[in-house]
Amino acid sequence: MKIKEYPSVGERVHTERLDNGLSVYVIEKKGYNKAYALFATKYGGADRRFKLGDKWYDTPAGIAHFLEHKMFDMSDGSNALTTLYAKGATANAFTSSDMTAYLFESVDGFRDNLDTLLSFVSQPWFTDESVSKEQGIIGQEIRMTEDNPGICLYYGLLRSLFAHNPARDTVAGTVESIAEISPETLYNCHKVFYNPSNMALCVAGDVDPDMVCEAAREILPKEPADVPVRDYGPDEGREPFERRFERCMEVSAPVFYGGTKCVLPEDGTLALRQELCGDLALRLLMGRGSGLYSRLYSDGLIDYDFSAGYESVAGVAYTLFGGESREPDKVCEEIKKEILGISRSGFGKGFFERGKKAMYGMKLRELNSLDSICYSAARGHFGGYEPLRAFELLESISEEETLDFIGENLVPDRIALSIIRPVGQ
Amino acid sequence: MEVSNRKQVLPGVYLTCLQTDQFKTGSISVNMMLPLSRADAAKNALIPRVLLRGTSAYPDIESLTAAFDELFGLSIVPVVRKKGEVQCVGFYASFADDRHVPTGEHVLDKVTALLAQLLLSPATSGGHLRGDYVESEKQKLISDIRSSVNDKRAYATDRLFELMCSGEAYGTGRFGTEKNAEKITAVGLTKHYKQVLSTAHIEIIYCGSARETLVERAVVSEFAAMPRGQVEPMPATQIKTTPAKADVRYYTDHLNVTQGKLAVGFRLGDIALTNERAPVMVANAMFGGSVTSKLFMNVRERLSLCYYASSSIDWRKGIMLVSSGIEFDKYDEALSEILTQLEAVRKGDFTENELESAKKYLITNLKTVADQQFRLDEYYLDQTLGDFILRPEKLAVLVSAVTAEDVLSAARDIMPDTVYFLNGPQEDGNED
Repeated sequence: MKIKEYPSVGERVHTERLDNGLSVYVIEKKGYNKAYALFATKYGGADRRFKLGDKWYDTPAGIAHFLEHKMFDMSDGSNALTTLYAKGATANAFTSSDMTAYLFESVDGFRDNLDTLLSFVSQPWFTDESVSKEQGIIGQEIRMTEDNPGICLYYGLLRSLFAHNPARDTVAGTVESIAEISPETLYNCHKVFYNPSNMALCVAGDVDPDMVCEAAREILPKEPADVPVRDYGPDEGREPFERRFERCMEVSAPVFYGGTKCVLPEDGTLALRQELCGDLALRLLMGRGSGLYSRLYSDGLIDYDFSAGYESVAGVAYTLFGGESREPDKVCEEIKKEILGISRSGFGKGFFERGKKAMYGMKLRELNSLDSICYSAARGHFGGYEPLRAFELLESISEEETLDFIGENLVPDRIALSIIRPVGQ
Repeated sequence: MEVSNRKQVLPGVYLTCLQTDQFKTGSISVNMMLPLSRADAAKNALIPRVLLRGTSAYPDIESLTAAFDELFGLSIVPVVRKKGEVQCVGFYASFADDRHVPTGEHVLDKVTALLAQLLLSPATSGGHLRGDYVESEKQKLISDIRSSVNDKRAYATDRLFELMCSGEAYGTGRFGTEKNAEKITAVGLTKHYKQVLSTAHIEIIYCGSARETLVERAVVSEFAAMPRGQVEPMPATQIKTTPAKADVRYYTDHLNVTQGKLAVGFRLGDIALTNERAPVMVANAMFGGSVTSKLFMNVRERLSLCYYASSSIDWRKGIMLVSSGIEFDKYDEALSEILTQLEAVRKGDFTENELESAKKYLITNLKTVADQQFRLDEYYLDQTLGDFILRPEKLAVLVSAVTAEDVLSAARDIMPDTVYFLNGPQEDGNED
């Protein structure tokens, strides 16, 4: 295996690409009692239309998430989650817009649990009966999320920003869309997206890296396969699709998200750089240390939960800021003014350097958590960058570059706003 | 990891050091250990929030955050924890470990100094905590107390304890009540803060790469200026071993909810007065504390009576809680099945496999305490409330030695005390 060292933060990563196309990452974490494994496929809620060979396929919204639920069923009638728990492991899975991941952590019997993980994720078992039962369960889940103000607020913003990209639709789909799912569609999607060439296995802990590769070689398919081409729709441009989304729900005070579209660089390392630059810019503009935050907080316009950041998913990127506020529009106006003011005056060297120090500490803290390290490794693999280069990249970001980011990606006229107000307001 | 003996470093101030190279960051928590009471809980909870608004040297959020950011993104947050009938109030700081500070600065010393400054030298006006800070943080506290109703599961638990322990300090939530929060003034809070500062028993817990001597030196020199009077001992928790009334008490609230919440409170019996913690933990894990538990496998999986059903223990108070989300019309069935499953544990109606799974679950859980800095802080803070410090590895050994007989005798005295049901809107003419 290849070894990459990141001495300044004391990390060491073993990597290997197996003959079947699977990428393996083992992050050394001496001293930890538990070890953590994340087996991920580059397949999420947004990957609905794709091309394999010469043919285009359209699949129902929510199928990646549905597939995740059904993967735990084993052909002998057992459930992989229960099997892992019975062995003392803690296991889970999640589906985002561009990734599905299965994970576990355990203190003892890591190899045994890893074998279970690799087996159940690579061996689909669906029946008419189990699919129809799951349609009921996920249907309930969808109805529950429809009443969730946080989810509604987030998708309110994404639906305002993006006209076409399927990341604007909820990962779970709708009751109607999942009704179209059959065992056959599940088998097909599994075959296309759960092939090792489209997957990454990330492990963190005090674990022998060769053992991890050995397990993957033994259990997973031997041959590589083609990786499908995805269609996320036409180029979105910079203007938001709509400028405003508003709804009344059972919340105690209004909550809002504002945001803008960003152009995502094709190159992975540049994309990582832009993410750091975007997070830094937003921290300096409206983070806790900024004059704007202080003013808004003192005036009672924002709360402790106010946050701002840069995110990218399924080929698109955006900025997002918000929280609870009695006057979301006023907060948004203040933010717009601040953007214009800072664009003229800059941040000042002392303030800028302090912001970078704070970002460094925040990134460093993430390295304590085995789950966040593995998640970053998988995201980095699918996005074509090394997440641990963040420290060195951050160091090289200048104030000018941050201001350029703001000038390009935080244009006040292009801010979209999503607001959930209490019923009756 | 080196765990130093907890020791008194200043009058009524105790320090526990967990030395490890495992993390990239260090952590320090400063906890004032106050008796939980309905009258003072809101005031106590408000103190760290107000203090975090500014100090004499950094009088506002902007300058204070600048000082934090300068120390590589130091994070200090207010923490309010309820452990038995002790309200633990203070700060939790997380910061870059000196080994990973690119400039080679000693961040630890500066963090300790900042923590002491936050606690001892707040921003004041006219000799009192600043009125605008007190008022705005008070409103935020009230809104947090109110928003507890947004999380229906937590709300049902709070209501259960409020009703079940109505005559006990335990009936008060960790943030206190809205009514008492409303009454707080800057003058009153300043007086209370000064009194607490001079009398509270204080526990400080450090976790990071620094040696104990260095941590102790920093703490002693920075906190030496603390004005101390007659220091109170660690507050005690009144344990009731049996239900308050001969018959189980039943309560129902009606709210506009789509899913019912059932919460059942039990008293653990005489075992709560002993240090026999491991057998009770195993009994609980087997009953409802893990995904291989009886509640999960039967009430949820086999009978589909609920969306979730689990049990947990507050060892410091001698209470067990079952919390479940159900359809409104499943109330009788679910409650009866919960009690049936507890009876099964009490009668020894479980397999060797169930016992082993429960133990394995607990042991894994205890071993992973050492892998997360905040959990270490939680764990060792909890230990300060007992007669002695029991390390998680040691507790895991005790758990592994638990036998079926131990479980039977531990579960024997567990008695239901109060049943609480959060029901949907009340229909006309439909008496409950």
